Amino acid sequence: MDFNAIVSAVMSNIVFYLLAFIIIVFALMMVTSKNLVHSALFMIVTFLGVAGIYVMLQADFLAVVQIMVYIGAISILLVFGVMLSRRDNMDRSNLNNSFGVAAFFVAAFLFVIITRLMVATEWIGLVSTRPVESTAGQIADLLLGPNMVAFEAAGLLLLVAMVGAIILGKGVDQSK
Amino acid sequence: MDSNNNITSIWDFFQNPIIMNLLIGVVYFAAIAAFITVLVIILMWMDRRVAAFFQERLGPIKYGPQGLLQPVFDAVKMVSKGNITPRNVDKLVYNLAPMLIFMTTLLVYAALPYGKNLTVVNLNVGVLYLIAISSTATIAILMGGWGSNNKYSLIGGMRTVAMIISYEIPFAFSLLGIIMLTGSMNMTDIINAQKNVWFVFLQPLAFVVFMITAMAELNKSPFDLPEAESELVAGFITEYAGMKFGLVYLAEYANMFSMAAIAVTLFFGGWQGPLLPSWLWFLIKTLLMVFFIMWIRWTLPRIRIDKMMKLNWKVLIPLSILNIFLTGIGIKLYQYFTGMGGV
Repeated sequence: MDFNAIVSAVMSNIVFYLLAFIIIVFALMMVTSKNLVHSALFMIVTFLGVAGIYVMLQADFLAVVQIMVYIGAISILLVFGVMLSRRDNMDRSNLNNSFGVAAFFVAAFLFVIITRLMVATEWIGLVSTRPVESTAGQIADLLLGPNMVAFEAAGLLLLVAMVGAIILGKGVDQSK
Repeated sequence: MDSNNNITSIWDFFQNPIIMNLLIGVVYFAAIAAFITVLVIILMWMDRRVAAFFQERLGPIKYGPQGLLQPVFDAVKMVSKGNITPRNVDKLVYNLAPMLIFMTTLLVYAALPYGKNLTVVNLNVGVLYLIAISSTATIAILMGGWGSNNKYSLIGGMRTVAMIISYEIPFAFSLLGIIMLTGSMNMTDIINAQKNVWFVFLQPLAFVVFMITAMAELNKSPFDLPEAESELVAGFITEYAGMKFGLVYLAEYANMFSMAAIAVTLFFGGWQGPLLPSWLWFLIKTLLMVFFIMWIRWTLPRIRIDKMMKLNWKVLIPLSILNIFLTGIGIKLYQYFTGMGGV
């Protein structure tokens, strides 16, 4: 085997396992941290790791959107975390509750579904051998072409949710 | 022994594309860090002289020619200061925040086109990358505000989130018109598309919206609410001292340059220009743009917090959406009259 190919394979493996390690460790830290703000910050690292996986898959557009949407949204989450949990000591702001059994079943259910999907998928045919030139253009072609209706429906749903949130936030004027 | 297939020399090891890329990455990083350091010294001096000029004073003129050595003295003073950490801060978050603020600044510099074929990483999604990176700066600032365990800092951090998150929307929308015209998010493609006419003439509305939102993203007056010194002491940097404060300060000036560079790239033809080499054109245009930003900064008073939100949601967002509509209509009309593409 060519030396260059070996180095490439080893390096991509190292990077992948490093990213996987980061994702899992920080996800665990997020769940176990007693401090709400720390939890949210650990979540950022997890999302960054996922963005790194996207970069490894040459999905550059998806990686950037992951950073913009998820990590950008975390700051909002942080603000709400700080505002809604008025405690003198933030070390006890992310408390455990007694839904352990229910949580176990939900987690196990999700695990089974995801594993089932992973086993059932034909991975070999899905992998593109040649590098993709522009992922953004292809995603746009798919979204505004064959999947137009689903795209528009999702947009409409989000709009309705936003209007609903504004009405809930402002309250309806009862005098009219 | 065939040298291509086996490790015969250390040179073979370095010729591997991945190792080579890693090494080049280290060199790029060092180059950008050096560039930013020199740049910030110049910008600090320029900012003080420009401020003095607009306020009819002289500013720093004592040390070096025209006071150019003043920032060096400032830097030495900053470094020699004690590294104070207040007792009740959240240590990890508090200490990480300045580094992360500076890191987001560095990340922007990776995608800027400094001249013809002179980009560190020529990303396909360049414009989107810049928007994404500038949105992550919010978290670093909020970390500083929250980690300081100080009411003023927290309010400053909260204001940053409120402001940057909302101003990001017209910021991104104002760039959509350009992406529609070029059909690409690659910075180099966008510069090449401006060979005949700069986008500032095709997208004047987008440029106005872009500049206003860019000032907000920079946290500079008239949008310096997160560190409004008359209301919040110093906002999210109240508890920072020594080099930690220095990093935030450094990042602010570096951000000013990168934002000016983005404006030049997207609206003023980037490094294109006659006679002079491309990197010089880039520097000239960008420094002129920085002067423009300083001009606005030292001329306009701070906007009130409630008016800031009104300006964004009721003026800037509708304007930026209108710009997208107008651009779409314009493109279709152009295609109709020149007979390009089906209508």
